[in-house]
Amino acid sequence: MNYLNSKNTFKSCVLGFVAAVSLLLASCSGQKPSNKAVYLLLDTSGTYTAELAKAQAIMNYLLATLNSGDSIAIARIDSGSFSEKDIIAKTAFDLRPSTANDQKRLFKHKVDQFVSGVERGSRNTDITGGIMQASDFVNETRAGEKYVLIFSDLEEDLSKGHIRDFPIDVQGIEVIALNVTKLRSDNIDPRDYKKRLAEWQKRVEQGGGVWRVLNDLERLETLIGR
Amino acid sequence: MDNQLLLIWSDNAATSLVVWFVIVIISFYLGRNQAHQVLKMTGRMIFTTMRLWEFSLKKLEFRITKRNREILLANGAKAAEKAVEREFARVNNIVKRDLSKYPGLHRQIAESIEQIEVDYQKSAEAAPLPPAWGDVVQTIAALPTGGDPTVNKILSNIKKAVEESHQQTLKEYKKSSAESHRLLKNMQPQWRGIDEKLGEIDCKIKGLDKCSSNIDSQLKTYNDIMQGQDAAVSSLASSSLTQFFISGLVLAIATLGGLINFQLIAMPMAEMVGGSSYIGSLKTSDIAALVIILIEIAMGLFLFESLRITNLFPIISSMDDKMRRRMMFVTFFILAILATIESSLAYMRDLLALDKEALQQSLINAGTSSGIVEAQFRWIPSMGQMIMGFILPFALAFIAIPLESFIHSLRVVFGLLAIGIVRVFRIFVRMIGGFIHHLFKMFVHLFDLIIMVPLSIERLVKGKSQSESKPERVGLN
Repeated sequence: MNYLNSKNTFKSCVLGFVAAVSLLLASCSGQKPSNKAVYLLLDTSGTYTAELAKAQAIMNYLLATLNSGDSIAIARIDSGSFSEKDIIAKTAFDLRPSTANDQKRLFKHKVDQFVSGVERGSRNTDITGGIMQASDFVNETRAGEKYVLIFSDLEEDLSKGHIRDFPIDVQGIEVIALNVTKLRSDNIDPRDYKKRLAEWQKRVEQGGGVWRVLNDLERLETLIGR
Repeated sequence: MDNQLLLIWSDNAATSLVVWFVIVIISFYLGRNQAHQVLKMTGRMIFTTMRLWEFSLKKLEFRITKRNREILLANGAKAAEKAVEREFARVNNIVKRDLSKYPGLHRQIAESIEQIEVDYQKSAEAAPLPPAWGDVVQTIAALPTGGDPTVNKILSNIKKAVEESHQQTLKEYKKSSAESHRLLKNMQPQWRGIDEKLGEIDCKIKGLDKCSSNIDSQLKTYNDIMQGQDAAVSSLASSSLTQFFISGLVLAIATLGGLINFQLIAMPMAEMVGGSSYIGSLKTSDIAALVIILIEIAMGLFLFESLRITNLFPIISSMDDKMRRRMMFVTFFILAILATIESSLAYMRDLLALDKEALQQSLINAGTSSGIVEAQFRWIPSMGQMIMGFILPFALAFIAIPLESFIHSLRVVFGLLAIGIVRVFRIFVRMIGGFIHHLFKMFVHLFDLIIMVPLSIERLVKGKSQSESKPERVGLN
C-alpha cells in the first residue's frame, strides 16, 4: 500500500516535471525581437529624381522584411520637408499577417504611383527638416528599433529664410544614408564628398543617433535588423 | 628574503645549502618516530574515513537495490494480476458466449441420436425371406408326375402358386430393404450434424484449455514474483528496460508528430492572437499553438484513462461507470472539436502561405505582373494539410499508452542508474582509500630514505657496540 502511494507520488512528480519543462521551454530566457519603425526619405530634388527607381527596390525590400506590428513611412525631401504633407505613404502593419499583407500591397501601390508621377524635382533640398519629421514619426511609434533611411546625395540646399543650423534630436535612432551619389563638384575635389558625409555623421552622432552609409544597394540584407 | 635565509650560514650558497641539508637531515632523524606516527596515523585516518564512506555507500546501494526490487516485484505482480484477470475474463466470455448454448446443443444432439435410433430400429424391421420356399419348389418339381395330366396340372399350379408367392415375398423383401436403405441414408446428415456439433464443442473446450494453461503460466509467474525469486526480478528488470526503450522510441516519434502539428497551426494562429505579441522570447501565436497541442495530448490522456486503457490518474479509473462514460464522451468531443479547428487552421495556413508567396512575388518582380500562377493541382496539398490537421490530434492522443509505459519503466531505470552510480562511486572511494593508505606507508619508507645516512651510522654504532659487548659476555661466561 505504501508502495502504491509512493508510485502515485512518482507519477505526479514525473507529470509535474514534464509540465514544468514545457513551461520552462515556453518561457525560456532570451529577449523578444522588438518591433521596428522605418522612415524612408526620398530626395526629389534636381537630378536625383532619376535615382527613384532604386528607391522602389529598397521599399520592396523593406516591405518584404517588415512584419506585423512594424511601422513604415515614406516621405519626399523637397524645399520644406518638415511637414506631414511630404509623407507619401505610412502604415503600421496589423497584428494579423493577412491584413498586413494587404497593407503592404496598398503601400506599394501608393509609392509606385508617386514614383511614376514625379516629373520634375523640387527646387531646394531640406534634408534636416525631413530628418526631424522622420524622428518625430519613429519616436511616436515607440518601436524597439528605429531607422531613418535617407535616399539622397546629402547635399542640403535650403530655400531662403529656412533655419536649420541647430542640433537635431535623433536619440536612439539609426540614421542610414543610402545611395549617396557623387556630385559633379565632388569629382573635382573628392574631399567635398567626404566632408559632406563627415558633417552629417557629426550632426547625427551629436544628436544621439547612430550613423551609417550604405551605397551598395546589392547588400540590402545589412540594411535593418542586423 | 629567501636568499638571505639560504645564505645565513655562509656567503657561499653551496656551503650554506649543505649546512641547511645537514640540519634538515638531523632534524628529520631526531623526529623520526614522531614523523612515522604522523604519516601512519594520517594514512590510517584517511583510509578509515574512506572505508566509512564506502560502508555508507554500500548501505545506500543496498537500500536502493531493495527499493528497486520492491518496485519491480510490485509492478510485476500487478501486471501478472491484470494478465490473470484478463484470462479469467476471456474464460468468462467463452463460457457466456459459447457454453451458454450448450443445453440447446445437447438437446439437438440428443434429438439427433433419438432420431437415428428410431430410424435404425425401423431399418431393422425387414420382411424375412421364406426360408424353405426354394426347397419346396424343387421338391414339387421333382415329384413324379407319372404322366397323369391332372397331377401334372395340379403340380404345375402348385409350382406356379409357389413361385408367385416367392416372387411376391421377394418383392416385399426388396421393398423393405429399399426402405431400410432410405432410412439409413437419411441418418447420414444426422451423423454429420452430430459430428460438426461435437467438433464445435471440441474447439471451444480447446479454447478453454488454452486459457487455463495461460492462467497456469501467469499464476506460476505471479507465484514466483510473490516469492521474490531472483529469476523473476531479473526478468522483470529486463522487461522494464525493453519497455523503457520502446516507449521512449514511440514518444520520440510522437514528439516529431507534435512538431509537424505545431508547424501546421503556428502560422495561422498569428491570425487569431496576433503576429507580433510575445511572451518571453516566444511568439504568443507559437505558445497558443503549443497549448492547443498540449490540450489535445491531455484530452487523449483523459480519454484513454476513461477507457481504462491507461492508469495514470487513479481518480478517473475509480469513477463510477456512468461518470466515466460521460467523461469519455466529453473528452472525445473536445478532441474532435480541436481536430476540426486544427484542420481549418491547416487550410488557413495554406491560404496564408499562398498569399505571402504572391506578395513576395509581386515585390520581387516589381513592375511585372503581380501574383503567382495558380497551379493545376494546388488543391491536393491543401487537402493533405487539412487531413493531417484532423488526424494528427487523434494520433497524438495515443501518446497516453507509451507515456504510461515510459513513466512506469522510468522509475526502474532511474533505480538501476542510481545503483550503478552508487556502486561505481563506492568502488572509487574504496580504491582511493586503499591507495592513500599505501601511499602513506610509502612516505614512511621515503622518510627513512632521506635520513638513510644517520640511520646507517646508527646501525653501525649499534652493531659495533653489540659486537663489543658480546666478547665481554663470552669472557664473563
